[in-house]
Amino acid sequence: MAIKSLKARDNELAIANKQLNILDGGIFAEGELPYFKDKIAEIGHFPLRPKKLEILQINVGYMCNQVCEHCHVDAGPDRKEIMTRETMMLCLEVIKNTGAHTLDLTGGAPEMNPDFRWFVEEAANAGIKDFIVRSNLTIIRANKKYYDLPEFFKKHNVHIISSMPHYTRGKTDKQRGDGVFDKSIKALQELNAVGYGMPDSNLKLDLVYNPSGAFLPGDQAAMERDFKKALKEDFSIDFHNLFAITNLPIARFLDYLIASGNYEDYMYALVEAYNPVAVSNVMCTNTISISWDGWLYDCDFNQMLGLKVASKVKHIKDYNEEVLNDRNIIISQHCYGCTAGAGSSCQGTVA
Amino acid sequence: MANSYYDPADLRKFGKITEWSEELGTKFFEYYGKVFEEGALSAREKSLIALAVSHVVKCPYCIDAYTKDGLQKGITKEEMMEAVHVGAAIESGATLVHGVQMMNKYDKLSM
Ligand code: SF4
Ligand code: SF4
Repeated sequence: MAIKSLKARDNELAIANKQLNILDGGIFAEGELPYFKDKIAEIGHFPLRPKKLEILQINVGYMCNQVCEHCHVDAGPDRKEIMTRETMMLCLEVIKNTGAHTLDLTGGAPEMNPDFRWFVEEAANAGIKDFIVRSNLTIIRANKKYYDLPEFFKKHNVHIISSMPHYTRGKTDKQRGDGVFDKSIKALQELNAVGYGMPDSNLKLDLVYNPSGAFLPGDQAAMERDFKKALKEDFSIDFHNLFAITNLPIARFLDYLIASGNYEDYMYALVEAYNPVAVSNVMCTNTISISWDGWLYDCDFNQMLGLKVASKVKHIKDYNEEVLNDRNIIISQHCYGCTAGAGSSCQGTVA
Repeated sequence: MANSYYDPADLRKFGKITEWSEELGTKFFEYYGKVFEEGALSAREKSLIALAVSHVVKCPYCIDAYTKDGLQKGITKEEMMEAVHVGAAIESGATLVHGVQMMNKYDKLSM
């Protein structure tokens, strides 16, 4: 696995434009595979337009205690991009007035932002229905100062969504690093102990599965069954839902695909699995993504590709939901990752 | 023309067999799709059977396809290797059981 972020390695894929060149060039430019734009034009979805805004996804920083090989954020301990309290205050204004029902905090490891707890406390009072924190689990065991996170999350009725690549140690550690599996299991048990993920509990604990390699996720319901059975039998762990998420060909996953000689096959697989039904529900149609420095994007992936929203309103300081919702979504070939098979979003399948 | 018998890129073109016989090709793929659906056997079990058979019929395309399919279904490499051994055991058993025929014939011909 990668020890450092692409950025710290001075890898040219750390530059968003280089990634976009790859996604626009090669097999697509040569006409071997169709552009996403043409594919969605066939069903009258180009330009892609937002529907009602439902989710505000805020990325509070790219710093992370892990350096997962597939990470589309290129996150890691060496990333210093962190949301300031000032920007958080702008976000809180938006959260108080938004029509969205869900707030989704992500990173990096959001917990590593020094103002994270303050922000959660403030945001929990802002009248949002579903308040999600994407926690990578190991952070809870990373340092004593994080040990009380399960209690903290419970106190603010936070909905936890955590990644768990597999229910076996080998596969998990290969994707996310040595020791990640044991720490994640321990963290899940601790979340269960305070009530998270228990069958009738209101404290929601969902898991995210994404493939550890150049292949697409299998059927979400079948995977959920396998995960539930194995985690229960082997570790007495309970959780609510499993979301199967497709890896999008950007950042470290793109680097991996190219380095391992899997890029073309993977793009073929994505295009082959293209499902027109998924197009009308892709994540960008109901989500706005906000970066650590307050810029607005169609989704977390476009954020990592540096594609700011095509709207007069581009920054949280000028936030205006009506203006923002009247925009064309920026797309490229990475979008095929959202429309493959049953579709893929931060909330799992969409079709 | 490729200058080797097997080209991994040909697997992606499998669907094209329909172009030269629309009816039979379409029927085959319908049947194929149906076979692998969740049924009395789970899709996961079917994937492992397919992997074992792929090895027995020694089809490199099928081996690639069902290794990937297994990964997609969360099947572990230990499970995959055991499935391959099941195929190999049946295949070698099928060879060896013919030893009985050899023994029978030997006995019949011998005084
Ligand atoms: S995938 Fe998640 S846990 Fe892994 S490095 Fe990226 S942000 Fe951190
Ligand atoms: S990658 Fe982003 S912009 Fe593209 S379809 Fe997915 S959510 Fe929409």
